[in-house]
Amino acid sequence: MKRFAALFTALDQTTKTGAKTAALAAYFADAPEADRLWTIALLSGRRPRRTVTTTRLAEWAAARAALPDWLFRASYDVVGDLAETMHLVLPPPARESDRSLAEWIGDIRALAKAEEPEKRAFIEAAWDRLAGAERFVFNKLITGGFRVGVSQKLMTRALAQATGIAEAELAHRLMGDWTPDSTSYTALIEAPDPEASLSRPYPFCLAYGVEGGPEALGPPEEWRAEWKWDGIRGQLILRGGQHHLWSRGEELMTHRFPELARARDFLPDGTVIDGEVLAWDAETARPMSFAALQKRIGRKTVPKRLLTEAPAILHAYDLLEAGGADIRALPFAERRARLEAMLDGLPPEAPVLLSPQVPFETWDGLAKTRASARDEQAEGLMLKRAASPYHVGRKKGDWYKWKLDPLTIDAVMVYAQAGHGRRANLYTDFTFAVAKGNELVPFTKAYSGLTDAEFRKITAWVRRNTLARFGPVRQVPPEQVFEIGFEGIQASTRHKSGVALRFPRMLRWRHDKAARDIDTHEHLLEMLRLYG
Amino acid sequence: MVLEFRDSGIYCPSGDFYIDPWRPVDRALITHGHADHARPGHRRYLATEAAAPVMHHRLGEIALDTIAYGETRRIGGATVSFHPAGHVPGSAQIRVEHRGQVWVVSGDYKTTPDTLSEPWEPVRCHAFITECTFGLPVFDWRPEAELAAGLNDWWRACAAEGKHAVIGAYALGKAQRVMTMVDPSIGPILTHGAVENTNAVLRAQGVALPDTVRVTPETDLKAIRGALVVAPPSALAGPWLRRFGALSTGIASGWMALRGVRRRRAADRGFVISDHADWKGLNAAIRETGATRIFATHGYTATFRQWLKEQGYDAAIVATEYEGEALDATEEEEASAA
Repeated sequence: MKRFAALFTALDQTTKTGAKTAALAAYFADAPEADRLWTIALLSGRRPRRTVTTTRLAEWAAARAALPDWLFRASYDVVGDLAETMHLVLPPPARESDRSLAEWIGDIRALAKAEEPEKRAFIEAAWDRLAGAERFVFNKLITGGFRVGVSQKLMTRALAQATGIAEAELAHRLMGDWTPDSTSYTALIEAPDPEASLSRPYPFCLAYGVEGGPEALGPPEEWRAEWKWDGIRGQLILRGGQHHLWSRGEELMTHRFPELARARDFLPDGTVIDGEVLAWDAETARPMSFAALQKRIGRKTVPKRLLTEAPAILHAYDLLEAGGADIRALPFAERRARLEAMLDGLPPEAPVLLSPQVPFETWDGLAKTRASARDEQAEGLMLKRAASPYHVGRKKGDWYKWKLDPLTIDAVMVYAQAGHGRRANLYTDFTFAVAKGNELVPFTKAYSGLTDAEFRKITAWVRRNTLARFGPVRQVPPEQVFEIGFEGIQASTRHKSGVALRFPRMLRWRHDKAARDIDTHEHLLEMLRLYG
Repeated sequence: MVLEFRDSGIYCPSGDFYIDPWRPVDRALITHGHADHARPGHRRYLATEAAAPVMHHRLGEIALDTIAYGETRRIGGATVSFHPAGHVPGSAQIRVEHRGQVWVVSGDYKTTPDTLSEPWEPVRCHAFITECTFGLPVFDWRPEAELAAGLNDWWRACAAEGKHAVIGAYALGKAQRVMTMVDPSIGPILTHGAVENTNAVLRAQGVALPDTVRVTPETDLKAIRGALVVAPPSALAGPWLRRFGALSTGIASGWMALRGVRRRRAADRGFVISDHADWKGLNAAIRETGATRIFATHGYTATFRQWLKEQGYDAAIVATEYEGEALDATEEEEASAA
């Protein structure tokens, strides 16, 4: 695993994408094929399944480092990464190993069937044979988490450099449900078998946020607008008499949304649609809140009750494949026209609906329409250039999201907790409260939105103004006021405040405000009535 | 109690003085010149001879009396002496004795010897007031020679690629330690003004440092290749860096042991070089004092206290305003920029 560990170190030691790409390209040119395939798998999120529980790993590492379990856990809290914590506390290895990445992964996967003492013996032996970055990488592999700051896009570029195959073509070959068991480096990268790719999705086209206003985008007639739905982005594939539904994170969601199977009855084979999975209220012909859809996320199978309470549909907004042909290079306006023709006249029971376009003539006029997005259960608008192809990934210039400004409330900080990992030496996780008479009611936590400089300042303040400590949490005097922004609000019986916020974060540190200026609990409940 | 913990700092009632107070007091004994320990506004100061020049440089005209390492002095009913802490040049632990009871305030300290500071000496005592900035077992420093090799390899590789190697290090202590660790035959050593000001003070008191070149707007950087540039960490994020063209950035700090912190700083390289004790160092230091009562002042105090209790010590936490090894811009950097 020395070659792979050296690659990992090279990637970890630079922040420059050029240097990362070069290190990866060199690796793809000279590493053994089996290692190359596993590297592609790891860097595209296809990690081997965990074969040892993290609880056991933590126990074994603590024992080997002669530390009490609680101290190991306290260290883990600060480091924020189990693999790294184990690596940092373990004693140095006594021996070496020349096994390859693929061999180590093979051994780790074989543990699935092993008894616990055998697992422990294997892992302790590995810890004693792997030095430096090799041991860290090994720990990453056994804990099942593997992130190295290399995006799939960057890896694809490096592969393109190493193989001479076009980047967009490679990006497509890497999509789908392949694993290192189901394919080989040659079959995946160099000579793909078209039959094996029936379920393979296209890389999703992603949007940037509009900065400032949309005026900078140019004449409005070159653009099309749609509602930006608050659902799950999905790609529906109808090929070979079967259907597949992929998430943006390349997860197969076909069985979570069985309603979409009926798409086969209404749409021709050889069709691929990009759209948004939404929980749909057929009576009002409007999407339900994200909270309704949320109940269906993370479930492998869906109980009948949920199928009736929160039935799912696909709101279609783009057509990527028609009649079995890849039409991503066509202008958006033309793809859209073909999508509309395909969906025109479908009966109401069809699970695929056309996501309507929002007509507009001027940017000002569109801004007014955008302000009503919450009434449509949308979180803003999408802007797409009429002449644009369907890009691979995020590309500036053709697709933009123009979200609503977040809901806001002024609140006071009451508790602070140190961050971990990247923010181990700073107080970054705060609890906020609103006023209820003379009382303070905590209602949300937030840990993002401040600059590093502000986090340093608040950290110094927390250290000097601690009223009480509860483990890692410090109670502070209610003096620092922050404007909290959030995307949604819903009723909650789990929280004393009676509400739960969606994506809360700190928008601003209100140095100009004192605790007496914060918003009230009543105001929060009013927001729940309005937007919940 | 030989020492008490008050709002203004650590106080000795029998001698009526404070140690490293954070609010203005009549008489302050100072462990070392870092800004969170040596603050302005006290009426009288006492520090080691080796710490005095830096304190004058930073705090201006202060009433500063000096003392040699190991020398004892009577203040009121207390007897005090200063002992090397191995943290930065001139840094001391302060020993206070009253009626046969001995308490020691560690200030900041490091037990492993380096190329720059007077090496740490354990002092036997009944009660030890210790920092624990890196009081977790994940902090385990490598030997000085290995750290030096890491710096030299990086610098050499940068020089070979025609880049400057820019390292962020505290202006007082860390910066000079880095300079004395590296191999000056690799190339020239350039310094940020804040670092060079401290260099001048230390050289004047006889500390041996390699030759350095202060970077000014007039410096002809085109004529210089493959330099090691030593600057305070905050300079790595600012416009000061732009003048150097092709470069690689590194940060020297104990926090670089954590990958997450390293990544947050977005420097190319992190060098795990600290002027504080690591986990083993803290534990060894406490053992060698022979103390049974331990007070933890700053760092991972809650965890460290629990650990010490399990080891059989009478351990407590004391709230202070010391910062330990701050990674980001702090009072310390503002002081060195003065």
